[in-house]
Amino acid sequence: MHIFKNTDYNFLRWRWHAVALSWIVIIAGLVVMFTKGIPRSIEFAGGTSAVIKFERPVTIEQVRSALDKSFKESVIQSFGTASQNQVLIRVPQSGAESGDSLSQTKNAITAGLQQANLCPCELVRTQIVSPTVGRELTTKGTWATVLSLAGILLYIAFRYQMSFAVGAVVATIHDLLVTLAFLAFFRYELSLNVIAAILTVTGYSTNDTIVIFDRVRENLRGMRRDGLNHVINVSINQTLGRTVLTAGLTLLSAVALFVFGGEVLRGFAFTMIVGVITGTYSSVFVAAAIVTFWRGQGPTKAAAHAPATALPPGAAQQPTRAAQQPTRKSKPQRKAKAS
Amino acid sequence: MTNLRWKLLSILAVTVIFAGVGVYPIVAARFGITQPKWLTDKMIKLGLDLKGGVHLVLRVQTDDALRIESEAEMERLRQQLQTAGISVTGISLVDPTSFKVDGIRAEQDAAFRNAANEVSTNYERDSGVNGTYTFAMRPNIQLSLREEAVTQARQTIERRVNELGVAEPSIAQQGQNNDQILVQLPGVTDVNRAKEIIRSTGLLELKIVEQGPSASKETLLVNGQPPDGMEVVPGAGGVSDTSGATLYYLVRKAAAVTGRDLRSARPSLDENNRPAVSFTLNSEGAARFGKVTGENIGRDLAIILDGRVQSAPRIDGRITTDGRISGSFTQEEVANLSLILRSGSLPATLTYLEEQTIGPSLGADSIRDGVLASVVGLLLIIVFMLIYYRASGVNAVVALLLNLIILLGLMAYAGAVMTLPGIAGFVLTMGIGVDSNVLIFERIKEELDAQRGVRASINAGFSRVFLTLLDTHIAALISAAFLFNFGTGPIRGFALTLTIGLISNLFTATFVSKSLFELVLSRHRQVATISI
Repeated sequence: MHIFKNTDYNFLRWRWHAVALSWIVIIAGLVVMFTKGIPRSIEFAGGTSAVIKFERPVTIEQVRSALDKSFKESVIQSFGTASQNQVLIRVPQSGAESGDSLSQTKNAITAGLQQANLCPCELVRTQIVSPTVGRELTTKGTWATVLSLAGILLYIAFRYQMSFAVGAVVATIHDLLVTLAFLAFFRYELSLNVIAAILTVTGYSTNDTIVIFDRVRENLRGMRRDGLNHVINVSINQTLGRTVLTAGLTLLSAVALFVFGGEVLRGFAFTMIVGVITGTYSSVFVAAAIVTFWRGQGPTKAAAHAPATALPPGAAQQPTRAAQQPTRKSKPQRKAKAS
Repeated sequence: MTNLRWKLLSILAVTVIFAGVGVYPIVAARFGITQPKWLTDKMIKLGLDLKGGVHLVLRVQTDDALRIESEAEMERLRQQLQTAGISVTGISLVDPTSFKVDGIRAEQDAAFRNAANEVSTNYERDSGVNGTYTFAMRPNIQLSLREEAVTQARQTIERRVNELGVAEPSIAQQGQNNDQILVQLPGVTDVNRAKEIIRSTGLLELKIVEQGPSASKETLLVNGQPPDGMEVVPGAGGVSDTSGATLYYLVRKAAAVTGRDLRSARPSLDENNRPAVSFTLNSEGAARFGKVTGENIGRDLAIILDGRVQSAPRIDGRITTDGRISGSFTQEEVANLSLILRSGSLPATLTYLEEQTIGPSLGADSIRDGVLASVVGLLLIIVFMLIYYRASGVNAVVALLLNLIILLGLMAYAGAVMTLPGIAGFVLTMGIGVDSNVLIFERIKEELDAQRGVRASINAGFSRVFLTLLDTHIAALISAAFLFNFGTGPIRGFALTLTIGLISNLFTATFVSKSLFELVLSRHRQVATISI
């Protein structure tokens, strides 16, 4: 079975539209992030913990749905032995941490429980809780991500060329920003799970880009008379089946988690869905656009040979640089393969 | 042919080993089959969201931290006065935040003030009648010292929990004064050991012995009180005279060095081949230790752990960086003690306010939904691969399942804790993991389209895509290595899982999958078509 056989789409034709679209999404995302902020989960923001003793046995679900209206995300656990009917509730911070907000939170919790008919109940105690995830994780996590991107940049530059490395890393940063933008648009809370999903997305995005670049590298050896744009287009088309399949499979499972997984997995699954889509989009449109931008465009071997494709306006600034591009000699040459 | 047999045997061995470690304990526990302890110890534990755990609340006695600071400041002043030749009737601690100096003669008042200027500006000086001066710690300094003590205690607890091998804990500060620490631990089998290790102050102090050891406390006292700037410290269990009674030491109150100056600690043996703990000081501690030991050659140095003298060896010469704590320790105590010293001593004593068992933070419904969604996700991948690649899809699914088994086994071995998002992450890893199979299969199709023949196409597909896979996996491993080295807590956990997943995926998607193709091909001499 083939979903895409011998396709010949001109992806690069759309690259500047794609770049413009990406900028719009990213800038809109940044605006929302800076004006409204990204909501943070209790792990990052801290909040209030309360122990409540009920007269009748209640389930965690009942308490959760009772508190859903007032608190977006809460952590609820049974506390002590089952016969005690005690529940430990942690709700995110609802403003400045002060005695005032503490009593407000107390009222909101009891009101919610009473509305849901779970009481008579007794508020055993309430306390302000610090974030379980310290500032250390955020700063160190950011540095770790930046350094890992630098590591990937060096590796791809070493294995391929600088232009490819820049393309792959810019595409990955693009996906990070787009994912964050969508989290901000849809007001999903930044939790540890979402962070894990974001890290997964960056890995996915890099992987996806490398696969296409790998084919470009292979084709560059065989198609020396063709323009870089043509080679990239052919490579994207040749790997299109695989790109769509892998994205589709990952999306399939992410959507399953989103639909069936319940409240807990929703943010995580949402991040993955956005990430897989943008990751696939960026390896096809953004990464290639960066490579052509970085290297200029034209025949891959010598400018003397007539380019096979017409140069789109604005893309032909540096034909000479492309002409100097070394070709790898380490592998025996293969014939250009018809796909 | 024999080559293929070896390949299949090694795949079988890998499957059995990882299924034994990762899958069997779960299945056995599910059906109530008893299994050896070493296997249950390694079983994948369920996180706070799926199973709950222990809930502990500790209070940090922040006064301790203030007292230590005040005592150190007081001793510094005492030495200043001694070198300046100013005599006073007494220097004593009033409370954890202040100390006073009594009986300064009027003619030495100016000289005293001069010497007292050396006292840190963190203390406010107040003069009273009859040549009395009080030094009180400024309130803002108190506050920041208290905060620092709690933060330090929290970080120390985090490190200890980490060293105990408990993954996915939940640790936070709470309370009115923010001086309580909430610790929730999933899947801890030995709660008492965990509690003991978390709480152990692990306060190591090295102090110069002024007098003793003595069998009775009273002989060391002057007028029922220890002399100024000194204190009586009892010996630990092992330090006793021939009759077995506890020995007492009169030591200087100010410690030469403390656990804060430690850089590392590790189990070792003392000169009598008994278990001991060796430690190394950081540069600041080493400088101070060198000075004190240099000035006190020939005297005894008490090694005090949590207020008990473990041993008091003679100082034979100037010592700087390295030292050893010997006493009557068992092998296990030495291991615990090294862990505690390594993770840093607590800046203050901790008391347990609460200990409760807590239920899972997710209700049974949420857990069922999450697990169902994960199973559905996995099944979708499997069904799709079978439809799209037909018989070759079976090959990919076998590789995928083996990947799952290897992952579970390695996670169990690494002591991982499984949470609901962790399970969902597993499914996504599988989804992303089949990318390798897809890449190979698509390449084989291309080769088949180019009329290369089945055998050649399969070989070409694997060998060409292998280089691609190597690049994608190495790039991901590089990024995992950075995340592991520079990240903390959950980020390191993520990097570890990622690394395990990448290696296992590379193994199953290339080696296992290729071997399976070879197995099918070996049964037919001539293969004209392949279902892919």
